[in-house]
Amino acid sequence: MRESGRMVIREPLVNENMPLSWRKETKPHRFCPGCGHGIALKALGEVVDELGILDQVLYGCDIGCSLLSWDFFNFDSIQTHHGRTIPVIVGAKRARPETVGIAYMGDGGGYAIGAQHLVNAAQRGEQITAILANNTLYAMTGGQMAPTTLPGQKTGTSPYGREVTKTGLPLQGPELVAAIAPEGSYVARATVGEYQQLKKYLKKALDNQIAGRGFSFVEVLSTCPTNWRTNAKQTWAFLQGEMARHFKVGEFRAAETIPAGEER
Amino acid sequence: MGRKIANIQLSEEYEGVLRKEQRSFMTGNEVVAWAALAAKADFMYGYPITPQNEIMHYWARLAPHFGRGFLQTEDEMSAGFAMLGGALVGKKTFSATAGPGNVLMQEPISMAEMMRIPGVWIIQQRGGPSTATVIYSQQELRLTTTGGNGEGLRIVYSTASHQELFEYTIKAFNTAWQYRFPTFVLGDGYQAKMREAVTLFRPEARGWRLIPAEPILRPPGVPARDRDPVHLRNTFNIEEELYDRLVDQLAAYDRMTAEVIEWEAEVSPETELLLVAHGIVARAAKQAQENLNRQGKKVGYFRPITVRPFPGSALRQAVAANPNLRLLVVESAHGQLLALVKAELYGFTNPLDSLLRPGVGITAEEIEEAVTQHGQKEAVS
Repeated sequence: MRESGRMVIREPLVNENMPLSWRKETKPHRFCPGCGHGIALKALGEVVDELGILDQVLYGCDIGCSLLSWDFFNFDSIQTHHGRTIPVIVGAKRARPETVGIAYMGDGGGYAIGAQHLVNAAQRGEQITAILANNTLYAMTGGQMAPTTLPGQKTGTSPYGREVTKTGLPLQGPELVAAIAPEGSYVARATVGEYQQLKKYLKKALDNQIAGRGFSFVEVLSTCPTNWRTNAKQTWAFLQGEMARHFKVGEFRAAETIPAGEER
Repeated sequence: MGRKIANIQLSEEYEGVLRKEQRSFMTGNEVVAWAALAAKADFMYGYPITPQNEIMHYWARLAPHFGRGFLQTEDEMSAGFAMLGGALVGKKTFSATAGPGNVLMQEPISMAEMMRIPGVWIIQQRGGPSTATVIYSQQELRLTTTGGNGEGLRIVYSTASHQELFEYTIKAFNTAWQYRFPTFVLGDGYQAKMREAVTLFRPEARGWRLIPAEPILRPPGVPARDRDPVHLRNTFNIEEELYDRLVDQLAAYDRMTAEVIEWEAEVSPETELLLVAHGIVARAAKQAQENLNRQGKKVGYFRPITVRPFPGSALRQAVAANPNLRLLVVESAHGQLLALVKAELYGFTNPLDSLLRPGVGITAEEIEEAVTQHGQKEAVS
């Protein structure tokens, strides 16, 4: 019986392709069909496997859909509060620096209610890895406008489309972090539409922490067909089309200096 | 934990202060920093707000020489959540705040309550509501005991002297890590800023056992190989899931209550008037009681030291000593202690009066005057 109280309709899938660090007992996962979280977390699991850091990881998830990942992995984890995952992981990392601290959150948690934590953790060069899924809205609460909502995009709180003159343009998170993070930081924007690149960026972000170089931040462009009210084809088109036009995928800060926003 | 700047000579000098049980004359904020050091606190996460700032200053100065850590965060929410992160991986963490900072701190404290994460908070009360004054009040009693969106599953020690600040800060670490409920030392701006004599000591030298911190997350072993991974959640899907969790926590809190409650009482069957006060006001009340007793008035004194959980049975016992006993509740707030006292005395019919001065200090003379006026008023009516 699943803890969610939903009816069990099939035995947990145990698939040879699952990363070792995935907790098989909690699969299939709790995200909606078509959600990007599963892809981002699969990539994270594979990277943890490849780096062999299962026993070092402390994983914190925000409140929002990301909270559904609390028992997703075989490493230790904690659900925090909306926007407060970064300080929890910062506190643990400062207290036990051998920890590989991962803070996983959505765009509302990272860019709105918890923006001060992202900004200050980046500015101080906290040795943690923050991963932020950007799906252009608040999904768990029913699809409200987020800092990342695209101009003209309809959401629960922008029912006639986001008006940029009243509510601004989509927040450019990695660009902001790259502008303030000190030398040694790693900052990138990936997308669930480019799996190998996503994995590469996540690996570099964790590597950056393990090497003790500084703060690491990866925004992952993600999908929310439930709140976008899109079918599979439309979902893919929105991710690869409109979102990609507003949010430039690539590395913004890395060990080797890369021009801002340049795709690799 | 941070850059190594340890100075052996300096750390030995500091150790010597504790070893020699040195009588010192210092501010309450400095006392708290020494107490945290003596209690083997590992890490302080803090944000500036008056009147607690010097706790951070002294801790930041002492900590590096003992391998302890300090981080100045971007706000009190961050400080509180960082404390939880540190405690989760097995370190003794603490913070200090006041007023609007205490308001912001309630968010991480409610997570600590839900998830039974230990931590120690020093609250140096300032005037309220809002920014108000940086000076003094007892207006954070309600917030500190029952703030947050929950049931107030905390332990709050209300101190009255620098010696108590030292000893209850040490005790707070033990209580927090033994019972895993958020634990507070409720001081105030007067205690924070005034200088007073205090004896600093090593708790072990007096036979006090320090409860060790254990990692809740990242305990030894490889997860999924040597042990199950630890997955902690604070979000539940259905009402009953939460209810079952809360029933367990409330039962644990009730079991603990008898072990942690503390109070002072001076009452006898002859006592006619019982002064009730907490914190530094209790010192004025004690002084007033002594002065009034010298004048032949039969005045008693009751002081809750744990204002949460409240020593209700002790108060009821004191009041039951004499059915004609009158009570006078005295506090630097507008009825926050009074509400606790009334709740505990539900069903009693003793007359109850109060001297409420929100955000303002109270002297023994003012209490004596209130008692005398009270007597006159009674004679008139």
